[in-house]
Amino acid sequence: MTNVVEFTSVRKTFRSQTDGGDFVAVDDLTFNVAKGEIVAVLGKTGCGKSTMFNLLSGLIAPTSGTVRTNGHDPFTDFEYFRGRIGIVFQNDRLMPWRTALDNVLLGLEILDRPRQESVEIAKGWLARLGLSAHENDYPHALSGGMRQRVSLARAFAVQPELLLCDEPFSALDEMTARDLRAEFVRITKQNHNTALFITHSINEALEIGDRIVVFHRPAKIAFEARLTKDTSEQEKVQLREKIIEVLAGEKRMA
Amino acid sequence: MMSFGINKRAVQAVASLVGLAAIWQIASLFFPPFLFPPVTAIAKYVWEILTSWEMFLDVLMTSGRIFGGLMGAFVVGGFLALLLYSSRTLENYISPILTFLQGIPALSWVVIAIIWFHGVEFRIFFIMLMTTLPAFTFQILGAIRSMSKDLYEMTLSFRPRRMQLFRMLYLPTLIPDIITAWRVNLGNAARVVVVAELVGATGGVGYQLLRQQQLFDMAGAIAWTLQLVLFVLVMQQILTFLENHFLRYRAVSERA
Repeated sequence: MTNVVEFTSVRKTFRSQTDGGDFVAVDDLTFNVAKGEIVAVLGKTGCGKSTMFNLLSGLIAPTSGTVRTNGHDPFTDFEYFRGRIGIVFQNDRLMPWRTALDNVLLGLEILDRPRQESVEIAKGWLARLGLSAHENDYPHALSGGMRQRVSLARAFAVQPELLLCDEPFSALDEMTARDLRAEFVRITKQNHNTALFITHSINEALEIGDRIVVFHRPAKIAFEARLTKDTSEQEKVQLREKIIEVLAGEKRMA
Repeated sequence: MMSFGINKRAVQAVASLVGLAAIWQIASLFFPPFLFPPVTAIAKYVWEILTSWEMFLDVLMTSGRIFGGLMGAFVVGGFLALLLYSSRTLENYISPILTFLQGIPALSWVVIAIIWFHGVEFRIFFIMLMTTLPAFTFQILGAIRSMSKDLYEMTLSFRPRRMQLFRMLYLPTLIPDIITAWRVNLGNAARVVVVAELVGATGGVGYQLLRQQQLFDMAGAIAWTLQLVLFVLVMQQILTFLENHFLRYRAVSERA
């Protein structure tokens, strides 16, 4: 199967503001994400999940090693990734001066799609996410769940080859988050998108991922498991316990 | 409820101005006209300015100078702010100069402009530019700096071109601060332009004020001053209109 994401021996260090030394955020990270796969990345706060996310979205460059998406470097091949990556952030990051519809249109405008076609696409996504009645509302008039739905629509609207999600539902109440998770998986599967979903919730990872990757500090794979349609609830419970053990093991090691 | 609040505020504002006029009128009963002319005499003069094309031209001239000077300072200041934002080294060199310029009084610029330049209009433009440029630059620079990093990263994730980034993120983010900068600098510019016109201009409100002083005509001096106040009020209303239009996305409570 073709790999959409390839991390090869990636290391990322930051200069410490306090003592001037190097702080290792990602250490010798190697892993792949295959086309059409949803990978849930689990780890404790500060384990380097977000650094990995920023490397993948091209916001920062690795100190050593290579990061490739569709064979291209996301940091240097700026143009190549126009419209190929959709990102859903932890907070909705909606532009307050744009209506819900205009926020969804943002990516399409950047891609220079014809206006009429873009509006139809954006309206279609808002409708799929149950926001047809709020197309012309500004973000301040929407609830947290609605806002995050708009940000999902914005990411899906450009039909990206890769979806990056950085704990997108962590700030929402459990009921809203559960609905949105189900929605997310359904749409991602329907569109055959590849997705990397960062979370600190084991339940969320089990609900969403085809594969679960557990990170230890600094971002390094400590455990991974694959889930299929046939994975039973009993197996999920066992997997959950195993993940807790791995995460607790890190604490003991520390 | 809200419109009642606004109406009440408007009534109170008008009442305070009427009260001031009443106090002036009472003073005119006890002092000679060259000190406190009656309100009716001032009103007559104001009407004369507004209805006489020749006199109103002086008001338009001053208004144009204010607007031109502010626009020049805004364009140059915006460009400078972008430059300073792009390079910390450049900022380290240019910021102290701008701070130094901020400390120079408007009257000093008038003297410098008279010595340096011949053309009256250019002199006034130069004075307006030099007195409002630092404020515009610092205000726009501050606005760029306070731009949301989250929104910047989100927009960047779609890989926009430089102009798209400017149009879709920078400009809408900067508009509230640009409007505030215009508001602040407008009052400053209106004061400076009069000083500039007092010395060397052959037309405009400042020139007319100088004439009224020579004629010892207090009614005229007040009437010409009121023209300037009126201009500032009209400009402020235009800015409020623009603010309401561009910031309509904000919750009403936030705007108020």
